[in-house]
Amino acid sequence: MSSREKILQQVKLNKPAETVLPTHYTFNSGYKDTEEKFKEILQAIYTEVIIVESKEHLREKVEEMYVDVVNKATTIPELASWADFSLQVADPHDLELIEVAILQAEFGVAENGAVWISDNHLQHRVLPFITQNLAFVIPRNALVNNMHDAYNRLSDTTGWGCFIAGPSKTADIEQSLVIGAHGARSMVIFLVEN
Amino acid sequence: MSKVVIEHAEASETFNKDESYVDWHDETLWFVRKKRDISSKLLPEWEELRETASQIKNYVLSHMDDLLETFEKNAKANGIHLHWAVDAKEHNEIVLAILKQHKVEKMVKSKSMLTEECHMNEFLIQNGIEVIDTDLGERIVQLRQEPPSHIVLPAIHLKKKDIGDLFHEHLGTDAGATDPQYLTEAARQHLRDKFLTRRAALTGVNFAVAETGGFVVCTNEGNADMGAHLADVHIASMGFEKIIPLQSHLGVFLRLLARSATGQPVTTYSSHFKKPREGQEMHLVIVDNGRSTQLGRPDFKNSLKCIRCGACMNTCPVYRRSGGHSYHNAVAGPIGSILAPNLDMTKNADLPFASTLCGSCSNVCPVKIDIHDQLYKWRQVLVQGGHVPQAKEIGVKAMSMVLSQPRFYQWSGRLGRSVMRTLPFMVNNSLNPWFKQREMPEPPKESFRDWFVRNRK
Repeated sequence: MSSREKILQQVKLNKPAETVLPTHYTFNSGYKDTEEKFKEILQAIYTEVIIVESKEHLREKVEEMYVDVVNKATTIPELASWADFSLQVADPHDLELIEVAILQAEFGVAENGAVWISDNHLQHRVLPFITQNLAFVIPRNALVNNMHDAYNRLSDTTGWGCFIAGPSKTADIEQSLVIGAHGARSMVIFLVEN
Repeated sequence: MSKVVIEHAEASETFNKDESYVDWHDETLWFVRKKRDISSKLLPEWEELRETASQIKNYVLSHMDDLLETFEKNAKANGIHLHWAVDAKEHNEIVLAILKQHKVEKMVKSKSMLTEECHMNEFLIQNGIEVIDTDLGERIVQLRQEPPSHIVLPAIHLKKKDIGDLFHEHLGTDAGATDPQYLTEAARQHLRDKFLTRRAALTGVNFAVAETGGFVVCTNEGNADMGAHLADVHIASMGFEKIIPLQSHLGVFLRLLARSATGQPVTTYSSHFKKPREGQEMHLVIVDNGRSTQLGRPDFKNSLKCIRCGACMNTCPVYRRSGGHSYHNAVAGPIGSILAPNLDMTKNADLPFASTLCGSCSNVCPVKIDIHDQLYKWRQVLVQGGHVPQAKEIGVKAMSMVLSQPRFYQWSGRLGRSVMRTLPFMVNNSLNPWFKQREMPEPPKESFRDWFVRNRK
């Protein structure tokens, strides 16, 4: 008998009496202002939220913020000429030099400041992790209240996706919070008006 | 491990040698527990969420075989290579075979308590594979050649001076440097080089979703993703109880997990793996290692609902003052103490006794495992099975004799009080375990019973 069969047989034999799944397992978070909550939570996890009126405004803002930075990459067509680092690489290891990446993402979650990004938006899964600094761009109206709403919205059928909430961090040395463990050292979120 | 096991009480004494460490450990974990309280109270639906999570997990236990088969079908359709391991040995051999097939001799690993349970690192190293733990806390304990002492905070038993000295020796940081920012930066540089040069990465699994055939890995550092997305081969290891039915159930579990663990509303990264990226190979090893036996123990099956948040450890008065290593098991604390006897009753017979049965663990558990009841029930099982040292049995029998005979009990009380009054050195000495780290109380002049008899009208 294979290990698979052994395990499944033993499980079948030993599993407890059947119970049913709860039919109601989602909850509403009645935030007065979803965007305010999103900003408040992100501020607490060292992330700035910047509202821009349009992609042109985003471009102006970005030029001003990253004025002396080299190795800038983006997936936003309107910022293509701003970037000096091409994402057209065959080997993801080549992305190691990227200093800042500004990436299109799908939506944000107010209760925890997480932003959903997936294969839909990226050629290289490692990009949001390997870049030294990270910025996401999402539509201003693409915010949901909580994780139940997030999964409700998630129709993604891609091979990989991630909720990312703020910059990489650790507190493994005496519980002292340090930002920039392995992933991005800083995070900015641009909310773009339609 | 073939090492001689030192019992919990004795191992705690080692941890208690330096009081400043114990006090710091105790206070720090209590601080983490308080962060959990604050965070959970911000959600009015918190208790309903716990109940919901508990019910989903009950369903999982009772439909485990169906869910595993559905998961298998969907994961295979996603292009994931699926492996089944009945025990730790088979798990380790499967991992080794995958690495050998790809001629990989060096691998990065993110946090996986299952691989600790299987002692995988030791096995792979013996077989010529270098394994680098990439979670900062895990890297620290790995450099010290120690196991993690906490499932979420692996190096919580150490102070920054210990880590400064360690990094000075291994990573060449300045002698005497203890700034966490500086030390973390040194580890970042050291580990970035490993991420960039290793072709295989192993990760744990927080949740596997039957509906999608995918799995979710949660980290704050981003190390699981850094490893997996750069490697040609991604191996994920999971105990079979990590399965959940639907993707939307993640809404319940991700809301509970980080809040219970550290008080964060969510971990920085909640990564959903479903298909390998182009050109990559993705393997998933589903491990039993005693879990199917535990599933068949009506009193203990609920321990398999655990989502590994560590809240029961942070709140436990015994864990906080004895340290994770005193539990001599991959998972320490209250949850470890109800999981460990299933793995080895003789070796782990001491663990269910490392508890005051105060019940705090059950009260903070996000999936409502009856941890303290199980600790109590394991004691019965272990004594009946003859796994408990005779001294403990004799002690309990003597106590039962005293307590079941009222006159003898009254006489013993009087004797005890008079000894404490007239010959205090008889109790205030190091032979009396109750004298350790505390003063004996002033003996009362009379017992409550004597007072009651005297004052009864």
